[in-house]
Amino acid sequence: MSKVRVGTTSLGGCFGCHMSFLDMDERIVGLMEHVEFTRSPINDIKHCEPCDIGLIEGALCNADNVHVLKEFRENCKIIIAVGACAINGGVPAMRNHFSLQECLEEAFLDEIGVDNPHIPNNKELPLLLSKVHPIHEVVKVDYYLPGCPPPADAFVKVLTDLLEGKEPSLPKEMLHYD
Amino acid sequence: MNNNADKIIKIDGVDVPFKDGQTIMDAALAADIYIPHLCHKPGLSPHGSCKLCTVDVNGRPASSCTMPASEGQEIANNTPALNEVRKSITQMLFIEGNHLCPSCEKTGDCTLQAIGYHLGMLDGHFPQFYPRREVDASHGSLVLDRDRCIMCELCVRASRECDGKNVFTISGRGTNRHLIVNSDSGKLVDSDIELEDMAAHICPVGAILIKDHGYEVPIGRRTFDIHSVAETDLDDVILTKVRHHDE
Ligand code: SF4
Ligand code: SF4
Ligand code: FES
Repeated sequence: MSKVRVGTTSLGGCFGCHMSFLDMDERIVGLMEHVEFTRSPINDIKHCEPCDIGLIEGALCNADNVHVLKEFRENCKIIIAVGACAINGGVPAMRNHFSLQECLEEAFLDEIGVDNPHIPNNKELPLLLSKVHPIHEVVKVDYYLPGCPPPADAFVKVLTDLLEGKEPSLPKEMLHYD
Repeated sequence: MNNNADKIIKIDGVDVPFKDGQTIMDAALAADIYIPHLCHKPGLSPHGSCKLCTVDVNGRPASSCTMPASEGQEIANNTPALNEVRKSITQMLFIEGNHLCPSCEKTGDCTLQAIGYHLGMLDGHFPQFYPRREVDASHGSLVLDRDRCIMCELCVRASRECDGKNVFTISGRGTNRHLIVNSDSGKLVDSDIELEDMAAHICPVGAILIKDHGYEVPIGRRTFDIHSVAETDLDDVILTKVRHHDE
């Protein structure tokens, strides 16, 4: 039987969900018998190919995040919003209290210890969105895996359920928003 | 008095005794039956605003915290349909404020969050409001973070009915509704609230917080990390903060 193809990405996130995913430790060996990774920071493949499951960490903070998210949605049969940032904006959304200009000035001009104060404007840099958004406001999300980050056991449970052809579920005690 | 003891309502098919003057919520709490609720606390006058405690009474929806119990009521409480509606209400409460649990001191001890867990809420469903609301950190030992206020008015009632003061009230309408402080400057530091007041400890969410004590119990070992809201006496939860503070 061919392997289930899984892509993962961190948009505006801290990679904490990916670290937690890897916390499954040696259980990843068993998982790899059934799963292969397409685009993922784990193997550094940069583009999405058609695959079965896309795990999306992080919120939408800039234009590149939106582009990557849409690429995943076009290529993945199942999209899972992983972690608080993907689900409700999380910590990155704390900047929504302020205008983008205020954030840039604080980070690059006014912050104590800033060297050579100027707001970066290189063409290579993706444009920041004026507000941070959760991913379900832009694409259809199939499943949600809350937590900051979700524990490794939750990743194992959800992927195992999907591999067995079941609707993924979590026992109540694994449901956390923190 | 005697015939009082015999009066019965039925909640999800179970006989529940009540006394005249009790609400459906009073009777349910006395019988250890959990009806989700956020704006109710025994001992304070019922408010009937959050609507989480909605049950079907003889086929009609009613708020159990304000509806008097009366003989012959057949009440549906823990049904998939009602819990689905309650989940939508909880989602609205989340998206109307700024509920970023990972950065909230109250996480794990928060009744709103615990009800989210209880109802299996996964996301906010509705578009986020991300309102901009004022934080008042003026007071030496209390913070008022309006980002997380759900306008339950428990603090308003506790201040008036228990503390004999009048520190809080709700101002504005619709999406502009917000909690204000009764002092000349509008700041908590200039109000007559004190750390010993019930109003300082009653907030079910992380809107009124005690400074310097937020992380005495590590995340993962807090009330609702260990218990579900349904099996926890909510009085215990509200008082936990007081206990931590005094310890
Ligand atoms: S008040 Fe409760 S629901 Fe809101 S952010 Fe804090 S823990 Fe989460
Ligand atoms: S501050 Fe807390 S207790 Fe007061 S109205 Fe807001 S949520 Fe309710
Ligand atoms: S608990 Fe009854 S309406 Fe809030």
